[in-house]
Amino acid sequence: MAAEETFEHHSYDVVVIGAGGAGLRAAIAAHDAGARTALICRSLLGKAHTVMAEGGIAAALGNLWPEDNWQVHFRDTMRGGKLLNHWRMAELHAKEAPARVYELEQWGALFDRTQNGKISQRDFGGHRYARLAHVGDRTGLEMIRALQQRAVSMGIDVFMELTITDLLKDGANVAGAFGYWRDSGRFVVFEAPSVVLATGGIGKSWKVTSNSWECTGDGHAIALRAGATVLNMEFVQFHPTGMVWPLSVRGLLVTESVRGDGGILLNSEKRRFMFDYIPEFFKAETADNIEEADRWYTDKTNNRRPPELLPRDEVARAINSEIKAGRGSPHGGVLLDIASRRTPEFIRRRLPSMYHQFKELADVDITKEPMEIGPTCHYMMGGVEVDPDTQASVVPGLFAAGEVGGGMHGANRLGGNSLSDLIVFGKRAGEYAAAFAAGLGSARPKVAQADVARFAEVALAPFQESAVKENPYSVHRELQETMQDLVGIIRVESELKEALDSIAALSARAASVSVEGNRQYNPGWHLALDLRNMLLVSEAVARAALERQESRGGHTRDDYPMTDPYWSGQNVVLQIGADASSSSHSALAVRRQALPKPPPELAELLEELH
Amino acid sequence: MSYELKLRIWRGGPSGGDLKDYVVPAEEGQVVLDAVHHAQATQANDLAVRWNCKAGKCGSCSAEINGRPGLMCMTRLSTFAEGEAVTITPLRAFPVIRDLVTDVSFNYQKARHVPAFRPSADQPVAPFTMYQTDVERSQEFRKCIECWLCQNTCHVVRDHEENKPHFAGPRFFIRYAELDMHPNDDLDRKKSLQQSEGLGYCNITKCCTEVCPEHIKITDNAIIPMKERVIDVKYDPVVRFLGRRGRS
Repeated sequence: MAAEETFEHHSYDVVVIGAGGAGLRAAIAAHDAGARTALICRSLLGKAHTVMAEGGIAAALGNLWPEDNWQVHFRDTMRGGKLLNHWRMAELHAKEAPARVYELEQWGALFDRTQNGKISQRDFGGHRYARLAHVGDRTGLEMIRALQQRAVSMGIDVFMELTITDLLKDGANVAGAFGYWRDSGRFVVFEAPSVVLATGGIGKSWKVTSNSWECTGDGHAIALRAGATVLNMEFVQFHPTGMVWPLSVRGLLVTESVRGDGGILLNSEKRRFMFDYIPEFFKAETADNIEEADRWYTDKTNNRRPPELLPRDEVARAINSEIKAGRGSPHGGVLLDIASRRTPEFIRRRLPSMYHQFKELADVDITKEPMEIGPTCHYMMGGVEVDPDTQASVVPGLFAAGEVGGGMHGANRLGGNSLSDLIVFGKRAGEYAAAFAAGLGSARPKVAQADVARFAEVALAPFQESAVKENPYSVHRELQETMQDLVGIIRVESELKEALDSIAALSARAASVSVEGNRQYNPGWHLALDLRNMLLVSEAVARAALERQESRGGHTRDDYPMTDPYWSGQNVVLQIGADASSSSHSALAVRRQALPKPPPELAELLEELH
Repeated sequence: MSYELKLRIWRGGPSGGDLKDYVVPAEEGQVVLDAVHHAQATQANDLAVRWNCKAGKCGSCSAEINGRPGLMCMTRLSTFAEGEAVTITPLRAFPVIRDLVTDVSFNYQKARHVPAFRPSADQPVAPFTMYQTDVERSQEFRKCIECWLCQNTCHVVRDHEENKPHFAGPRFFIRYAELDMHPNDDLDRKKSLQQSEGLGYCNITKCCTEVCPEHIKITDNAIIPMKERVIDVKYDPVVRFLGRRGRS
């Protein structure tokens, strides 16, 4: 039926795929640079996963602690990432985040204020000073609205509820993108020499996740199929605090602000267990007794940080260990207590959506009782390998920013560094994508009609009659179980191999997925197409996890429990071989690549203790 | 609690449709969206429903649940009696695309009419000095998750398609109020609010406030103050009725 269809065509200089923080910021930058820009989102505008970010945007504004500056932020980010970050991205991020935050204020964002009328900042794990600009615990909503309203006022063309399935190429270069309208199911061809991927994360391949349905790793998979390289895919962040009860909301995020604002973690014996889990790497900067930890909230100069505010990988592993040791809460988590630490007024003012969320979904009043929490799949540190300054991938014309980009966060991301990542590198990606398109002049790549026909055929495959009718929802559920059970917080070679076998079997089944109904707003069909991406990305994660034989940040190997100095200089890079059209799992090639070393003046900052 | 829940879901498209019955298991702590997802995964793979966060933060899963507009992800099954059928229909004020998904583009068109934030001449470039007490009023309106429930419920447009071109609706009245009360915005939008956005159509029945999942006091804190502020621009029978209440 594809052959008879006339496809809708659009021509732009820059096409931005994804309209969360990074996509919106990239589109604004590309438009500002004079490029004809299209912004494409799978959901309605303003619903992207950025909207769920709670705690804040990390930026060394120095509004509460004048001692704070970009050097300290850089150091914290690199140490939090276990020194596996691309130093140049961490440097640019720390330097540019303040300007990007003020830009949001310039466009109408209303952050919470300090006594003297500046943007207030809050404490978060791994940050030496109170650094996160925030609005209660709904900072992501504020960011996405400010950017959305800016983009709309500029008149940028927005394509809502449109899914891109693949990139079109002309030789080595990007030539455009192919997709379908979710409401009509009709195909659309975008011709554009520059494409910015800003598609976010991959959490939907795990059973317990804080991520929305959109986080299916589309950008990671699209980039791989287009010939780009991805790195650091073994580093998946399990946020320490997701809801565990009721089952219906298992995995839903409980902001780190609860701990930043004074909350503590307790096991079933009411013991503040984090003091038992302070790693050597952070000993010098972490309080080893309750008194010092509690004094830190008001006096950061003379006290060290409470262990509850260690980076997320450390806290998630500690919680996991407590639960495994039989010291968990009734529903298989641990307790997060702020009720006994702060007044009800303080909690309701600082954490309004947490109060609302627990009250309405779990019948728990967090001003009176502790929350039950446990780790939840939250964030993908890995992503498309990009040039740190321009966000360009190895495919000419293809850029990536935000969670789909790789390198910035190394082995573990600090809380608050995601929202700042979006706006710092979103802007850079948009600018350089526009410049790349302008630099081509009239020598623009051309879309090959054969590719368009082929992508249409792939997209329609689930409507084909097949002997075995697989239900896409069942395949998805089984993939989630595989990743949860075998590629979770703690990994081991035998299970990773088992996961790869399971993914291969599921990929075969996904090929015979068959959907009922027609092309009009058909979620079964949409999921069938998303599955292809989830399976490819899941395989990339498992392969990278198998390759890295050490434990570091978000990657913990039971069979290699120590950090290995050899691996501190290595990235695991994946790329699909010659047959780029294939989504076959066997096409993924894994290799090791030396990590660039920071120049001496930045390396020095990493050695400094306070 | 664990029982067989009877769901009645409207299935169809622009040319019509009807309620279809599904029986799904109901478990403790579940919300309406869980039940709809269960039906979708096991009995109706092509059931069209919008959702994203399933946490009351994105405002995608708005529908009419037993006739009452609400978010499916924040409506717990425990609010219904066991054995009670739960009927889910699409938002009534917007054209159906398919099943529970409606065409809400009306709202995105209205969003384009709002003149953007403009910093004052006193503080043209951020960082701005602004105090918490001064930003709080606008912050209340910026909690809006754009679920469009207020737009769907407002009787000015709910059964009066003909009013849509001249009426921005409660969501955008709070957007105008937010900008008007922003401590560092100096653009006067009152004239367009009254003359082309239809603030005068609102006769403060507070239906919008009642359905707001963010509990924003749309009528009391945004619409009534804005009606008072525009009185100088144009006559409004409601303000005359209320009298001016001294808020500037």
